[in-house]
Amino acid sequence: MLKQTEGSRAVAEAVALCRPDVICAYPISPQTHIVEGLGELVKSGALSPCEFINVESEFAAMSVAIGSSATGARTYTATASQGLLFMAEAVYNASGLGLPIVMTIANRAIGAPINIWNDHSDSMSQRDSGWLQLFAETNQEALDLHIQAFRLAEELSMPVMVCMDGFILTHAYERVDIPDQAEVDAFLPPYEPRQVLDPADPVSIGAMVGPEAFMEVRYLAHAKQISALESIPRIAAEFEERFGRKSGGLVRGYRCEDAETIVVALGSVIGTLKDTIDAMRDSGVKVGVLGIQSYRPFPLAAVRGALQGAQRVVVVEKSFCVGLGGVVSTDVRLALSGLQLHGYTVVAGLGGRAITQSSLERMLRDAIADKLEPLTFLDLDWRIVNRQLEREGQTRRSGPIAENLLRDVGPIAAKVA
Amino acid sequence: MNQAVKFYQTGTFTVGNRLLAPEQRTVQASIERNNSINSGHRACQGCGEALGARYAIDAAMRATGNQVIAANATGCLEVFSTPYPETSWQLPWIHSLFGNAAAVGTGIAAALKVKALKAGLAKSSVRVVSQGGDGGTTDIGFGCLSGMFERNDDVLYICYDNEAYMNTGVQRSSATPPGARTATTMAVGPAPGADFGKGKNLPRIAMAHEIPYVATATVDDLHDLEAKVEHAMTLHGARYLHILVPCPLGWGSASHDTIRLARLARETGIFPVFEAEHGEVTRVTKIRRRLPVEDYLRPQRRFAHLFGPKGNAEMLVRIQADADKNIRRYGLLDEEATP
Repeated sequence: MLKQTEGSRAVAEAVALCRPDVICAYPISPQTHIVEGLGELVKSGALSPCEFINVESEFAAMSVAIGSSATGARTYTATASQGLLFMAEAVYNASGLGLPIVMTIANRAIGAPINIWNDHSDSMSQRDSGWLQLFAETNQEALDLHIQAFRLAEELSMPVMVCMDGFILTHAYERVDIPDQAEVDAFLPPYEPRQVLDPADPVSIGAMVGPEAFMEVRYLAHAKQISALESIPRIAAEFEERFGRKSGGLVRGYRCEDAETIVVALGSVIGTLKDTIDAMRDSGVKVGVLGIQSYRPFPLAAVRGALQGAQRVVVVEKSFCVGLGGVVSTDVRLALSGLQLHGYTVVAGLGGRAITQSSLERMLRDAIADKLEPLTFLDLDWRIVNRQLEREGQTRRSGPIAENLLRDVGPIAAKVA
Repeated sequence: MNQAVKFYQTGTFTVGNRLLAPEQRTVQASIERNNSINSGHRACQGCGEALGARYAIDAAMRATGNQVIAANATGCLEVFSTPYPETSWQLPWIHSLFGNAAAVGTGIAAALKVKALKAGLAKSSVRVVSQGGDGGTTDIGFGCLSGMFERNDDVLYICYDNEAYMNTGVQRSSATPPGARTATTMAVGPAPGADFGKGKNLPRIAMAHEIPYVATATVDDLHDLEAKVEHAMTLHGARYLHILVPCPLGWGSASHDTIRLARLARETGIFPVFEAEHGEVTRVTKIRRRLPVEDYLRPQRRFAHLFGPKGNAEMLVRIQADADKNIRRYGLLDEEATP
């Protein structure tokens, strides 16, 4: 059914269509509207039976999810940013135990300085946690990925994060196609756990494992993710067949066929990049974009296959590995081992900094002219950066950095005008 | 039966099973017992926690017809019971993390509720017990525990309190008593051992949540411990049982003194044994023969610095004052026993 609705609401309805048994909720922007929507659906009886639990922290949210998933319940939660960090210990635990929990990450920056706006630092901080990480380009894809995520998680008995850009997607009102219950039921069978806490067949879960088997247990988690490189496209293909639209999969190229320059990106910025590329193509520049939908497992072969015909690769990423550079670009570089391609890392949009078409085009033209630095920070305000460096050189007690920079920037209202 | 059985002549205050009515006999006396924690685990000799957990979980199993799922915090109980690939647990059991046993219990209870509803039942016959040591309960697991209490989730939480982080090598927790030597409160300097005026009283904090049932127990009175577990299993909602479990390793006590020390903790007023419902004390275990705290402290090397030529009489007075306060607060003395 076509509907004009908020991204969060669309996700809430998609999750409800998956008939979750237990949902745990703790508020953090920008994921709150998702669990609010689900809370309403449970409270009104529209989603029943389902236990909606208002927990006291994200750590508790994931811990409750661990308990319910281990008892054979289909379990969902959502978080972002500081919340994901606060639950990090339980995030690793859930994947270590092989529990197929689905969690939305409404991607948001990590403080300090505290910042509620979008980037991918939160998900990236958990990229090695053993969870699968799927990134949505649009609200429709976010909705669709949740339905696929339960299927994927339960097939593998591994947890899945569906990552969607905070505010840009979660708070955007767009037209989405929401499937009906019968369609989702036909796509997503009831949850059959591989392991379950059941007095009729008692098992111990979470025993201590020493050096004699720990590496093998960890390897099996890797093996499951590698097998997901086959499951993810298969499930996406089945989804397309049943619902009539492409969503998910490993990677998705746009105008990459004869492209000399290919931009690699995750999430909603792919939309802006497509517009940029269309404009550049109109002026004869051979450029394309490769969206990565599955960040974990990282589809090395698919990325290599899509990029190996190009001359240069520009990774535009909303994440930043302090002291090194790119997070995604490091993985992309691994996929391109042995190939002689020009590679650029462009860190963009941190903390919600707008990524505009004009900035992207300027950056891409620099890259094509080989004038781009290997590590570039898109639209970085060097003026305030240098002023702070100068201040720190002059005075020992230079004061708190963020507050200094804000003072240098001056009133935001003046900028908006 | 209202009259408590007292057999002072045994000298141990214990009551043999043959002197009790069949329904009052310990589950351990029954060949039908579940043996929830099998033998062969790696607890130390004289471990109070192993003893307490064995009685508590078997009692919960008896009370529910073996329909119990347990969630365990990280700690001694978890480590000594599940050295991979062995497990002592004869019931469905999960260990997740150090600080989340209460929340995992909440999740299990929620899943059981939905499963029951899907099966057309009003509630599940399967019950949930979450358990941990004092560190996993009063410190790192405190947030999750308070959340579980506040929501009145259908979980019995059992804290096996041995008054420090024994699994990591006897470091202070917020349940460590003042004066006690631990690896992080050494018996050195002008104020040796754990500081006075610090620490928290979790049974009272649990009561402040006004949950249906809060009780304390020790491993010296296992009938009482079993009765409390069995009573807790007749109730729904959040329930809390705090069991004092002496630790020979951490307390520096003889392994054969575990039960004696637990009894002395009760008989000196150091550890009040009581029950509370919805925030109000409903029953206390009276002290039979009041003893000075010294009798409890002396056999433990963690308090050795209080005695001897370089002893600390002032600290002894303060510990005695704390015990006296417990006796007044809970009315632990009968008129006849008051000196």
